[in-house]
Amino acid sequence: MAKLAVAAQHGFSDREYEAICQALGREPNELELGLFSLNWSEHCSYKSSKRFLRRLPTVGKRVLQGPGENAGVLELENGWCVAFKVESHNHPSAVEPFNGAATGVGGIVRDILSMGARPVALLDSLRFGELSDGKSRRLFEGVVSGIAHYGNCLGVPTVGGEVYFEDTYSDNCLVNAMCVGLLKKHELKKAIALGLGNKLILAGASTGRDGIHGATFASEDLLGDSEEKRPNVQVGDPFVGKLLIEATLEAAKLPELIGLQDLGAGGLSTAPPEMAARGDVGLAIDVTKVPLRATSMSPYEIMLSESQERMVLCIKAGSEQKFIDIYRKWGLEAAVIGAVIPECVYRIQQGKKIVAEIPIPILVGGSPEPELDTRQPRYLGSISQKRVTLAKTFDLRERLLSLLRSPNIGSRRWIYQQYDHSVQTNTVINPGEGDAAMLRVKGGKFALAVTMDGNARHVYLDPYEGSKRAVCEAVHNLVAVGAEPIGITDNLNWANPTDPEVYWTFEQAIAGMSAAASALGIPFVSGNVSLYNQSEARKIYPTPVVGMVGYLKDLDKRVPMGFQKPGDLVYVVGKLDGNFGGSEFLKVFYNFVGGELEPIDLNFEKRLIEAMLSLADQKLLRSTHDVSDGGLLVAIAEMTLPKGLGAELRLQLLTEEKLFGEWPSRFVVSVSPKDKNKIESLLGNAGISFESIGPVERTTLNVNGAAISLAELKTAYESALTRFL
Amino acid sequence: MKAAVIVLPGSNCDMDAYHVLKDLLQLETELLWHRETDLSKFDLIVVPGGFAYGDYLRAGAIARFAPAVQALPDYIEAKRGFVLGICNGFQVLTEAGLLPGALARNIDRKFICKSVTLRIENADSPFTHLFKPGETLELPIAHAEGRYFDTPAQLEKLEKNKQIFLTYAEENPNGSVNNIAGIMNESKTVFGLMPHPERNSETLLGSGAGLKFFQSLVYSLEAVHG
Repeated sequence: MAKLAVAAQHGFSDREYEAICQALGREPNELELGLFSLNWSEHCSYKSSKRFLRRLPTVGKRVLQGPGENAGVLELENGWCVAFKVESHNHPSAVEPFNGAATGVGGIVRDILSMGARPVALLDSLRFGELSDGKSRRLFEGVVSGIAHYGNCLGVPTVGGEVYFEDTYSDNCLVNAMCVGLLKKHELKKAIALGLGNKLILAGASTGRDGIHGATFASEDLLGDSEEKRPNVQVGDPFVGKLLIEATLEAAKLPELIGLQDLGAGGLSTAPPEMAARGDVGLAIDVTKVPLRATSMSPYEIMLSESQERMVLCIKAGSEQKFIDIYRKWGLEAAVIGAVIPECVYRIQQGKKIVAEIPIPILVGGSPEPELDTRQPRYLGSISQKRVTLAKTFDLRERLLSLLRSPNIGSRRWIYQQYDHSVQTNTVINPGEGDAAMLRVKGGKFALAVTMDGNARHVYLDPYEGSKRAVCEAVHNLVAVGAEPIGITDNLNWANPTDPEVYWTFEQAIAGMSAAASALGIPFVSGNVSLYNQSEARKIYPTPVVGMVGYLKDLDKRVPMGFQKPGDLVYVVGKLDGNFGGSEFLKVFYNFVGGELEPIDLNFEKRLIEAMLSLADQKLLRSTHDVSDGGLLVAIAEMTLPKGLGAELRLQLLTEEKLFGEWPSRFVVSVSPKDKNKIESLLGNAGISFESIGPVERTTLNVNGAAISLAELKTAYESALTRFL
Repeated sequence: MKAAVIVLPGSNCDMDAYHVLKDLLQLETELLWHRETDLSKFDLIVVPGGFAYGDYLRAGAIARFAPAVQALPDYIEAKRGFVLGICNGFQVLTEAGLLPGALARNIDRKFICKSVTLRIENADSPFTHLFKPGETLELPIAHAEGRYFDTPAQLEKLEKNKQIFLTYAEENPNGSVNNIAGIMNESKTVFGLMPHPERNSETLLGSGAGLKFFQSLVYSLEAVHG
């Protein structure tokens, strides 16, 4: 019984504990239980999600590495490859926002490093409760400064991201960090251990007592006593993180390097056995060889520590000193802690004494998939029937300015100004200048575009359509800057999957993302799942976040967001009618979340994207902006801001639905008058509808006679976050 | 002619400065490891931006003890060549006493990354002679500790000697006294500035105006070396 109680403390169900005993042929000791608890945690094993994740499309002509490694890798041109992945640090950030977010950045950067890639960009997708709530403000400010603290010091530019504020996140904020890295194809590394007698080196920071059981902590609900979980949160050191990048990229050049893996969730208890599983070998490590920063740490503490800024390397026997010298040169620790052994087990020794031994196939991937039910949530039936009665008349100017002041719409300057987004001198579209950020690659003519998207209110209203929309939204943001979408990394943030209604939305969301990505031919190459984002009081909205990378062959063909020249013609391109469902407009003015979500016609979407990319490729677009949160008029207002140019517009139908509905498959573009015929015939031939709405103009935004000065627009837009801080 | 970019642990703009000197200006350039002390073969030494030693104590406070930085006073004394500190490099030079004053935490205590408008206050120096006096230009800043500060007596001396070569022309983003963004030593051989000219040295990244600082130095060196 005592054993079972210890097992329960480690988060095991009775069924799982039985499975362990059966696999080992005996009861596990406490250290073994600890190893199982991390390897079998939701965070590391994906046991509740993998049955659905298998349905996502993962193949494509550029895919060099799909899901299952530390990051996905796509081929670009001339041997250049891009590695990218997103990862959540939700639970730690909810308890300790600054360090939780900072170590989230550190962790995802090491994942990219593990592929042998140099990190070149960071993005962050964030969710908090409403800013009127003091706790949400504290979390928001803490998370932003934590990201800034870590990313700025590393010298990796933070170039993009997104943030939403909704009551549903007030107990569980979300922090999803995405990192993008560049490498040449021959530099690609894998997290693998191979070759009998080869050595395992632990490099980077020394090991302390911090973050013990972090992965297990991230795999349960966040209950009222979460303050007690503060010791589960790791503390990052970006300076050591920076040294680790440089030292590891130097070490990765040595031909004796066989495999490379970062120590993230689970530390030494998960990273080495994952390497062994990939190489179909065993590993023995000796805890007395691990460099420690605290005295008298037990094998249990050493193995379960989640101290940050550590990497593990599998190297050819005999080359140890070469690697150790490189890390020492950078002022870091490096020690041989183990070796590849013939028996397919993970063996932990304390000197000569074996203190734990578990067969690798059981430890990694051996966790039984829980039997979970799905049931369509009851709320869905009623919420789609809900209707709102609109005011009979409305003041267009007042409506627009109020929407621009909404924290979900207005300027993110307060955030991105705290992030170094220009270091490395590659950022050619900065935050605020385009729908996606863009990076040049020195020595190449091509560019990468990057974005993160996921409006969870839409997913809450309709998990399938809302998730399709998250994929399409990311696609649009890349297409708007002229880039072809080439790959996806996704972060699925959900509540407790043992709730059948929650689990149903999870299945639906994956089906929706899968449908959109398949139709548009974009593979998923990496991702992350964060479950149990709920408290006693509330569950988060189902929140899929889509990170996407785009490729632009000729960076001179990039397209900015802002209007460029008075006299240029403004068009709405794409689906010209739709509904209101899930809009920020309904939330702001009617405090209403409901209605039906306009479905996406993926065939039309595909044609629209091809037409837009063709226009961009022919350099016919002076500016482009995707219509999304806030709807058409907000999109147009955002286009006036970068260069301070207005427009004189006349819309055919002036309803609130038309002006502020958020239905998808729409862009606003501005074009030179001389290209009018070319553009109209190209769109016409492609079967894409469009509406010509008037010229770009110098000083005001004028919509069917209602004039709004650019200064007013700017003031409203810029105050969206700062008025709360 | 040869330039060096010092690589301190935590430097993160070293490659950006290297790119400008080596790739854009085709100047022979080396990355100089912080343990090196022989600076004699270099005509220009850049202390780049970043977070040297993590800047945990105070920006630049530990970096001043790096062997390469410790070798700078003799290099300067001998008038062997120019020294340029950008952002964290400027902080290191003030901590090392090679430029006067100090750089304190920004007035609103936050890291700021944005493009700012600057004015050339003194175009009569090896670092600025390609500019016109009073000319304005845009450069990115990216720092948390860029508020220049010094005693009134020292400031008066700086003004009198025209050692302030760059000021914030419109908004003062960090609270620097007298809007100071960049200063030089009395003998016009050591230059420090908080904005990043290397981040606006190509038209792809903006106006490209930052390149003129580096070109000024190169022409000045060419004049000496013939």
